[in-house]
Amino acid sequence: MAVALIPLAYLAVRTAEAGWDTIVGELWSTRVGLLALRSLGLATVVTTACVLLGVGTAFLVTRTDLPGRRLFAVLASLPLAVPTYIAAFAWVSAAPRLEGFWPAALVLTLCSYPYVLLPVAAALRGADPAQEEVSRSLRRSGWQTFTAVTLRQIRPATAAGALLVALYVLSDFGAVSILRADTFTRAIFVAFDLGFDRTGAVVLSSVLVALTVLLLAGETATRRRGARYARLGGARRPALRLRLGAARLPAIAALLGVAGLALGVPAVSLARRLAAGMSRPGALPEVLTAAGNSLTVSVAGAALTMLLALPLGLLTARAPGPLTTALDRLAYLAHALPGVVVGLSLIFFGINVAYPLYQTRWLLALAYATLFLPLAVAAVAGAALQSPAGLEEVARSLGRGPWTVLRTVTLPLTLPGIGAGAALVFLTGMKELPATLLLRPTGTDTLATELWTSTAVGAYAAAAPYAALLVAISALPTWLLVARSGLLDKEDRQ
Amino acid sequence: MLATRRTTRVLIAASLLTIGLAACGSDEEGTAADLGKADDKQITVYSGRNEQLVKPLLDKFTQQTGITVNARYASTAQLAAQLVEEGDKSPADVFFAQDAGALGTVAKRGMFSTLSETTVEKVPPTYRAGNGQWVGVSARARVLAYNPDQVPADQLPNSVFDLTAAQWKGKVAFAPTNASFQAFVTAIRVQHGDAKAEEFLAGLKANDPQIRDGNGKIVEDVNSGVVPVGLVNHYYLGEIAKEKGTTPEALKVKLHFFPGGDTGALVNVAGVGVLNRSATDPDAQKFVDFLLGTEAQTHFAEQTFEYPVITGVPGPAYVPALADLAVPQIDLNDLDTLDATVSMIKDSGLVP
Repeated sequence: MAVALIPLAYLAVRTAEAGWDTIVGELWSTRVGLLALRSLGLATVVTTACVLLGVGTAFLVTRTDLPGRRLFAVLASLPLAVPTYIAAFAWVSAAPRLEGFWPAALVLTLCSYPYVLLPVAAALRGADPAQEEVSRSLRRSGWQTFTAVTLRQIRPATAAGALLVALYVLSDFGAVSILRADTFTRAIFVAFDLGFDRTGAVVLSSVLVALTVLLLAGETATRRRGARYARLGGARRPALRLRLGAARLPAIAALLGVAGLALGVPAVSLARRLAAGMSRPGALPEVLTAAGNSLTVSVAGAALTMLLALPLGLLTARAPGPLTTALDRLAYLAHALPGVVVGLSLIFFGINVAYPLYQTRWLLALAYATLFLPLAVAAVAGAALQSPAGLEEVARSLGRGPWTVLRTVTLPLTLPGIGAGAALVFLTGMKELPATLLLRPTGTDTLATELWTSTAVGAYAAAAPYAALLVAISALPTWLLVARSGLLDKEDRQ
Repeated sequence: MLATRRTTRVLIAASLLTIGLAACGSDEEGTAADLGKADDKQITVYSGRNEQLVKPLLDKFTQQTGITVNARYASTAQLAAQLVEEGDKSPADVFFAQDAGALGTVAKRGMFSTLSETTVEKVPPTYRAGNGQWVGVSARARVLAYNPDQVPADQLPNSVFDLTAAQWKGKVAFAPTNASFQAFVTAIRVQHGDAKAEEFLAGLKANDPQIRDGNGKIVEDVNSGVVPVGLVNHYYLGEIAKEKGTTPEALKVKLHFFPGGDTGALVNVAGVGVLNRSATDPDAQKFVDFLLGTEAQTHFAEQTFEYPVITGVPGPAYVPALADLAVPQIDLNDLDTLDATVSMIKDSGLVP
């Protein structure tokens, strides 16, 4: 847990250094109030849109007779592989006058609705159809059943996805900076650029932490009311599929439309830049080295994150209590901090505590762990919750020691969750830029940093292949996530 | 399910393998602490200048001297923050920054050593620190980029201060977060006083400003007619022409140099400073000398479209010579009151 505390400790140290007058001067202004409101507003709008889009898509691909639904499930999840800075850049290239709150909301929604889609789709597939059947047998209409039973069944999954989206929006820099939406995170980055004002940036970040605490409190409240809806024994069987009938075409058009906006616009835009520009990326070995570096640091980050997330996730699932909840929530705090602040905090940590690790891959992996721990903890806890604790108790009662039970029962049951968490962290690590720039070993280029280097001098054509490769590699773990949520299984027949 | 589980196992195996590989890798790399002994034929350079622009130059340096350059690339602002955070333990030998303000920030913390006099004397006093702690290696002029279809050359303003007039409402693009813009505002404060600078910023704010994230975007937008004029540095035309496969002269966008020593025609520098720990490192010294040599200076003129700072090397072809510019009489050493400029820009409401 110390990992999540590094940035918080850093913020505390630097904020204290700033002195009371500076803090008040920085924070007590209408500017900060406006920024806070706008950040929260953006988080609200994007989260709402993601929930509607995510739940709607999840329902279409899991519970209807939509043709090609497996293909659509993959297509709808792929935006997860597109970094917001690429998407925003693509949109600005296509429509140069695009700027401000609503365009940023659009781009953020298109990039992050899979955070809701994936857990909700998994929950929809896993939910016990018996409850819906009972509801229908009691003469509730299909719509009433959906709102009264189905939506309740997927509420924990929806809330978890929505929380990730909201925190992501608070910390995102790519979309808000390129589309010039003035949010807190943009103000933090601007504070760095404006006269290298570390203190201002750090003081603003502590407000971001406060906003996150607010959000977490909100989510915890819904969590308490949302009980677990597990299968109550019986054979595993799929739910009835809704016949779309005439609604088929509009449904397909809607899914294609979203995919077109989320994937088509970036693809076309990148292709146009590639065709129009004269610059070319480095030779193949250079591109491959960057891809290799991206892979190694992201995999190392994912491995380290899972190592740290496993005990915490299991604890959350098996020993719920105020202390566990507090630990779990703490992991989320760093998730909403901008990468540049987490990066600086780890520089501070590396210089003062772990100097031998400074500017090695390990410190970068640690940064990823700090940033993305909640993604992993949620995945592990989710998987552990799906398997009954009874199995472990039986193993114990048959005389197995606690370590043997962990090794032979708990871990195998949690493995799908570990895989999903690792895939998600890996994918997010591939896309991460600000902390990577600050912490990478000197001379190590990744796909994300190469992309940054090229676009910074207007060499867009040189940047395009790196962007394409980044999205292509990220698509693999995305596919794994889709497979994990069961959307590709063939068992579902009418 | 089975397939998924197998994939998961493969993934975990791959992770373990990578950790092993990464461990081996970091052995070779050596840790930050090992690097940077004096005269070990290698230096670590924190480069706030873009890799695409300076890597060829660094490679040439290595070729000629046998000194390996470990270059760390990020934005100038980020590296300045990183250096300050690292303090005495920084593995950096040299800071290669995009503007004088960042060099001033690091110098103020007492982190730079004094450069040798023979080195700094190659550069006119205007383009280096008075105390010899950093030296400019290339110069960039502030200009007004304009689209001649929207603004005929005879209607261009004589002074940057005219841009707050009603006729320019909604027509002027600039990047208030950009370090060059900040240096320009500082220059107004130095030349005309704080009141004038505040008035100017307020005037810009009230005139429906077209705010952009960076200068490159401004020049693109002026070139394509989205905005009629923009306040930028002169060399962005070269970059954009290069990407379009043409010459700066062939672009739609043109440059206007404010006449008569107007603050709008400020000339700023990109430069280097040597960190204290490398004060006596001959490798770092050689690097600074290399940057001020004819070959590197020619590279700046031809490849990055900047002005050389030593005599005898011609500037880029598409702009008037540095000597012919009516540069405002400002000492770059006076541009170190960045804090006041920053709070002024913040208060103006031009940035979030």
